[in-house]
Amino acid sequence: MLNVRGDFPILSRMVNGHPLVYLDSAATAHKPVAVVEAERDFYVRAYANVRRGVYLLAAEATELYEAARAKVARFVGARPEEIVFTRGTTEALNLVAWGLGETRVRPRDELLVTEMEHHANLLPWQELARRRGAQLLAARITSQGELDLGDFQSKLSSRTRVVSVVHVSNVLGTINPVQEIAQWAHEVGAVVVVDAAQSVPHMPVDVGELGADLLAFSGHKMLGPTGIGVLWGRAELLAEMPPWLTGGEMIREAWIDRAVWADPPARFEGGTPPIAQAVALGSAVDYLQGIGMDRVHSHGQGLTAQALEGLRARPYVTVYGPPDPSRRGALVAFNLQGIHPHDVATLLDQEGIAIRAGHHCTQPLHRRLGIPASCRASFYLYNTPEEVEQLLAALDRVKETLG
Amino acid sequence: MSYEEVILDHWRHPRNKGRLPSPDASAVEANPLCGDVVRLELALRDGRVEDVRFDGEGCAISQAAASLLTEMIKGKTVEEARGLKDEDMLGALGNVVKTRLSCALLPLRALRKALGLGS
Ligand SMILES: Cc1ncc(COP(=O)(O)O)c(C=O)c1O
Repeated sequence: MLNVRGDFPILSRMVNGHPLVYLDSAATAHKPVAVVEAERDFYVRAYANVRRGVYLLAAEATELYEAARAKVARFVGARPEEIVFTRGTTEALNLVAWGLGETRVRPRDELLVTEMEHHANLLPWQELARRRGAQLLAARITSQGELDLGDFQSKLSSRTRVVSVVHVSNVLGTINPVQEIAQWAHEVGAVVVVDAAQSVPHMPVDVGELGADLLAFSGHKMLGPTGIGVLWGRAELLAEMPPWLTGGEMIREAWIDRAVWADPPARFEGGTPPIAQAVALGSAVDYLQGIGMDRVHSHGQGLTAQALEGLRARPYVTVYGPPDPSRRGALVAFNLQGIHPHDVATLLDQEGIAIRAGHHCTQPLHRRLGIPASCRASFYLYNTPEEVEQLLAALDRVKETLG
Repeated sequence: MSYEEVILDHWRHPRNKGRLPSPDASAVEANPLCGDVVRLELALRDGRVEDVRFDGEGCAISQAAASLLTEMIKGKTVEEARGLKDEDMLGALGNVVKTRLSCALLPLRALRKALGLGS
């Protein structure tokens, strides 16, 4: 058992007269004091703009910003020059779709995603397909909520330029076999992009082992601040992509009529970046590594297994996604028979229990499941087995109230 | 844990649920984000709402509000029905948390649409 709740002050606040039971970390995670302090400390002690000042303070700020990049790089087994700071997963994926679209995608080429994508890993490819006259395909899911690998392979062809998949589904919890997918995709010469928004915060991820080419995640889901995210990319690929935001600090030289781009990662960090947020993300990485991602992962799996078992024992509950907790991330989506997810969430909120209800930015997936919306409980290192029990007991009361 | 009694009552025992054979006015409003749908059908005579039915699916608040709204407008003049304000609907429902206002007001939007008003 992890014992970290004392590090998260917000967890001791009351909600509607009850202690907060926060089960929505897949949407965003709470912050330990260390991270909040790191951001504050930076403003109080060393704040200046990065990469431009020649004075000491600017040099110190730049060092701290780059040190955060190095920490994030080590966290996912990458080199610092392959780490681009973005505003989040959404911006990272848009940046990639833009860049690859310019260099690799021609009319009638194909892009392959899956039915379980978050809109952040769907709409950028839709837009790219529209812009370049390419075709967007989506591999199907099985009735168990796993990726249909046969369908995936049948949609892969010599015309496929980009394969972009979610590592851990934010609704089904499914962990996709990125290694295999990358191998198949590389055989046809496609670039492999991974939406790691729900994996990097919860399990050890090593970009070298995964075998993908580009990978995106968000700081705010891994105990860091909002407004900071990460794109990892193989050096050769980053080097071939044009920038997505042009302006200050991303060029080597500029004239009135043209410019020469800086090398990555600076090329993709036009304008003043979220400096303090990057520094604080570095501290979130320190915090997670201090605990150990293996322990974070097994804690999440334990809670997920407990929730799955409790939900399945209730005949009025439908659970989505793979039945085996070891094949899932730390979240469970479900529905109560005849009761709308928004009613479930509103009634749970009356007891201080925060869950997500809606389509979780995966409308095509919900359409595929034949439901307009679902409830989702998601867990992180600060959640406890008692909280899972509270959720399950409260669901029985929801059923009594509206069933 | 509970909703206002009026919401539970209308959710469990919906009034005027169903369809009219040949409505004089009707409209469907939906909230695509959560899947709530409400259809309102009105029979009008001599400037009055002579009869009304609702149909739909979704959360307890939207469906209870639709049921309650049918009671609020049945027998009223069309002008009175047109004049219903958001506060009237919310007041009749009792206590609706601010995160669920769009559910509570969906049926009223359908009514305004049926009566040729912007929502
Ligand atoms: C799987 C997945 N992809 C992408 C995102 C988007 O992340 P962000 O909103 O931080 O850009 C999320 C978060 O909601 C997610 O769960």
